[in-house]
Amino acid sequence: MKYFLKKLLDLIPTLFGISLVCFILIRLIPGDPVLNLIGERGADPARYLEMKKALGLDLPIYQQFWFYLKNTLQGDIGTSIISNNTVWSEFIERFPATMELGFIALLGATALGLPLGMIAAIKRNSFFDYFLMSTSLIGYSMPIFWWGLILILFFSVKLGITPVSGRIDFLFDIPHYTGFYLIDTLQSSVVKENGFAPLLSALKHLLLPSIALGTIPLAVIARMTRSSMLEVLGEDYIRTARAKGMNKYRVIAIHALRNALIPIITTLALLFGSIITGAILTETIFSWPGIGKWIVASITARDYPVIQGGVLIISFVIVLTNMLVDIIYYVLNPKMRS
Amino acid sequence: MKLFISELFYELKKNKGSMIGIVIILFFIFVAFFAWPLAPHDPTFIYSEFLRLPPSFTPGGNAQFFFGTDDLGRDLLSRLIYGSQVSLSVGFAVVILSLITGTFLGVLAGYYGGSLDKIIMRITDLIMSLPSILFAIVIVAVLGPGISNAIVAVSIVAVPNFVRIIRAQVMVEKNKQYVLAARLFGASNFRIMFKEILPNCMAPLIVQATLGFSDGILNCAALGFLGLGAQAPMSEWGTMLSDARSYIESSPWMVTLPGLCILVVVLSFNLLGDGLRDALDPRLKKQN
Repeated sequence: MKYFLKKLLDLIPTLFGISLVCFILIRLIPGDPVLNLIGERGADPARYLEMKKALGLDLPIYQQFWFYLKNTLQGDIGTSIISNNTVWSEFIERFPATMELGFIALLGATALGLPLGMIAAIKRNSFFDYFLMSTSLIGYSMPIFWWGLILILFFSVKLGITPVSGRIDFLFDIPHYTGFYLIDTLQSSVVKENGFAPLLSALKHLLLPSIALGTIPLAVIARMTRSSMLEVLGEDYIRTARAKGMNKYRVIAIHALRNALIPIITTLALLFGSIITGAILTETIFSWPGIGKWIVASITARDYPVIQGGVLIISFVIVLTNMLVDIIYYVLNPKMRS
Repeated sequence: MKLFISELFYELKKNKGSMIGIVIILFFIFVAFFAWPLAPHDPTFIYSEFLRLPPSFTPGGNAQFFFGTDDLGRDLLSRLIYGSQVSLSVGFAVVILSLITGTFLGVLAGYYGGSLDKIIMRITDLIMSLPSILFAIVIVAVLGPGISNAIVAVSIVAVPNFVRIIRAQVMVEKNKQYVLAARLFGASNFRIMFKEILPNCMAPLIVQATLGFSDGILNCAALGFLGLGAQAPMSEWGTMLSDARSYIESSPWMVTLPGLCILVVVLSFNLLGDGLRDALDPRLKKQN
């Protein structure tokens, strides 16, 4: 319990720091934010002052920060200059798309990487081991913005079996309940009307982006599983279990894997951050309507409130996930508790 | 130091992967240095009668342009050759900038500890909690797009890695006898930190610097791809890739080649980094 409290208290300075960074960044942008908003031509002095006051920019900087912090705590993180929607509503609209993509990518990477890494560890120094380790290094070095294009080139242009962009065919109008298309397409109303065609379409759209996004995590998980397994397999208790005459596969599956999983879970958590990084590039390539594409578009459009608010929420999400992982780690690993 | 290098090279020679990495890196360094005599054309010259020509070894190719031309009629091979100049210098600049800053901060944090350490670690934790590309994108959005701003952004993102590694190492080293001896001799803190302790922290630093090369090249290329890095007409691989995107169906070679160059260079630095880590970390050596 004390541990959780400490973790929670640890969050405060981090979140405060992130808010401060976001606050400072937006003020470092060259040019006058008021002029950016109303345009240089429409700047008659009265309107300029009015706008400045409305934005709170006439106050001293520490008061500005105070109001910014207060608004943030109250859940108001700004309004888009372009669409006039609140940043929060824009984020919520797009977040499920990124989550769905990231989840499928990580799931696939784990489902493949874990067994591959285990086999490599068991058959150490075999051809398979060398082959897997070299391919995983290639996967790890992959510029995913190029990898995504190559996937499109092969699967969409050459073979013509997958769509190039978006989340689902325009034909289908899916009501947004969860925002996860794999779930929304299974609603009874949708199934009654179109059968499983929308689900199939959503899956097809998901295929290439999740391969592109999952490649680096797959490589990392396979390598991590291998080295973690190797370390555990060298321990005394594994030899004891084998000496007792226990079945080889039982030892690997039950004794070794359980202990090897701890560093793997930590790796998985660290990958969460890289998933968001990767999503920025993957979503741009596949026109996936998630937060990555949203942030890039807002930078191109110089929509500063969205950049500021978006970065703030994304970093909050990552920090919270990291904390969650620390707690899971703590629960899983009895060594931490003493 | 001489002994250290020859011993390191002896260890490295046993590792096939890192030898391959070194050979590829040397090849690209050679290409970058001799870009001018090697490139068959001026990388920015526009041959307006040869738009999106396929490579010469495919049907429809022209022997004059080995890898074909891009959407503006510039020779692709020459652009790739000059691109190696940009990527390698970008990687070098990122490593130097982040190495110096990160080492300095890491040594300070590890040596002095206390509140200075707390402040430095808080800031590095903060940077690390943000996804690297996102943070770099935001910095470039603030500073304005361009290759030098991209280098600054990517370097800032890379600093925490160095800080953490050096700090951990310094915390171990500072309690050793030779530090005490130096202090008894009346050496200043500065001298102890940078002349006594730092040389003993070289091993992890070398590994991180090598891996920092690949990260730097990859991140700068990603920024270029998003239109935030190198600007036209500079031939940078990431930017070339983003220009080529619209022609993926009709001119796939424009997409394939620049990305392949990025992959090969990044991969070779990772190969070398892995080999160095195995060679320099005695704990790992025992296991293998």
